[in-house]
Amino acid sequence: MDQITYFAIIIGAIFVNNVVLAQFLGICPFLGVSSKVETSLGMSAAVTFVMALTALVAWPIQQFILVKFDIEYMQTIVFILVIAALVQMVEIILKKVSPALYQALGIFLPLITTNCAVLGVAILMIQKEFTLLQSVVYSISTAIGFGLALVLFAGIRERLDFEEVPAAMKGVPVALVTAGILAMAFMGFSGLV
Amino acid sequence: MNKLQIILKGIVKENPTFVLILGMCPTLGTTTSAANGFGMGVATMAVLIMSNLVISLIKNIIPDKVRIPSFIVVIASFVTVIQMVMQAYVPALYASLGVFIPLIVVNCIILGRAEAFASKNGAFDSILDGVGIGLGFTLSLTVIGAVREILGSGAVFGLPIGIGDYAPLVFVLAPGGFLTLGYLMLLFNKLAKK
Repeated sequence: MDQITYFAIIIGAIFVNNVVLAQFLGICPFLGVSSKVETSLGMSAAVTFVMALTALVAWPIQQFILVKFDIEYMQTIVFILVIAALVQMVEIILKKVSPALYQALGIFLPLITTNCAVLGVAILMIQKEFTLLQSVVYSISTAIGFGLALVLFAGIRERLDFEEVPAAMKGVPVALVTAGILAMAFMGFSGLV
Repeated sequence: MNKLQIILKGIVKENPTFVLILGMCPTLGTTTSAANGFGMGVATMAVLIMSNLVISLIKNIIPDKVRIPSFIVVIASFVTVIQMVMQAYVPALYASLGVFIPLIVVNCIILGRAEAFASKNGAFDSILDGVGIGLGFTLSLTVIGAVREILGSGAVFGLPIGIGDYAPLVFVLAPGGFLTLGYLMLLFNKLAKK
């Protein structure tokens, strides 16, 4: 029974309710960073890392501090501060411990604080009343879904560079229409779990 | 700058959705109907006006280094206030906007205006800037919501216009959001060039 639940969470978060293409979270990096496959991979890795950490930290704070002292309305403020502090900390630690990884992920880290997917997932996992382990699995799967959408989209956009796009359509409009078609393809997964 | 210009520039010349392309997540996520788009726009505008006001008042007390975290705390406090007000007075709208209400915190429009305008200008001008940008955002969201609602469910602000049977539901679902915004942006670019 338990394994089925985890399987449903994973498939649901990656394909059926894809964070970008079905839930509209994290659109800014989706449109901003996804012009090359390589940078998309870097961004996805950084997001996965921060999202998993956020789940690990935000869940105990919610259960043992906010719920215990009956101050759940502070959730928004507390979570955004936790994420901002976490991103800052990850940046400092990475710089010291693994300069190579910092080189690869470094430029994406500051962008993550304002990535609404991270805060969104933290709020959603509380809303869905997941346990700690489920929350972590959910966060990582969501991040993988984010990465999948980002890399697929980057692949399409690299091709798009060689096409002749009407002047008024260049840039964001054509990217949005492309994303629309990609979202339509992802709708094929609905009903899977 | 003239006071009226501060308000007007947010609606057309610096329209947050179509020109600055900020705050895309709520723009796409909440515009399933004209009423939802309008509600989200007004909620964002309220937070923007209040955060602009407070930030312009405390800008001289905040040390430059902790500027951004302080702004975020101010914004997050107002988002919490709006969240509670909406939960109490418009519970149906609150439920349909869902997670996007707390996510106003990370809407780049608000932090962007705090950094670009409120931290450099006086209190009154900052309020006007909040009104202008807020109106521009509300207007864009309402238009996108109306287009999606007409195409996807054959109604506008919940009033049926008689094409409900032929309306393709996809425009209310996720792909329709991307497509509608893409084509509206195309239209805006085309008109702006003339």
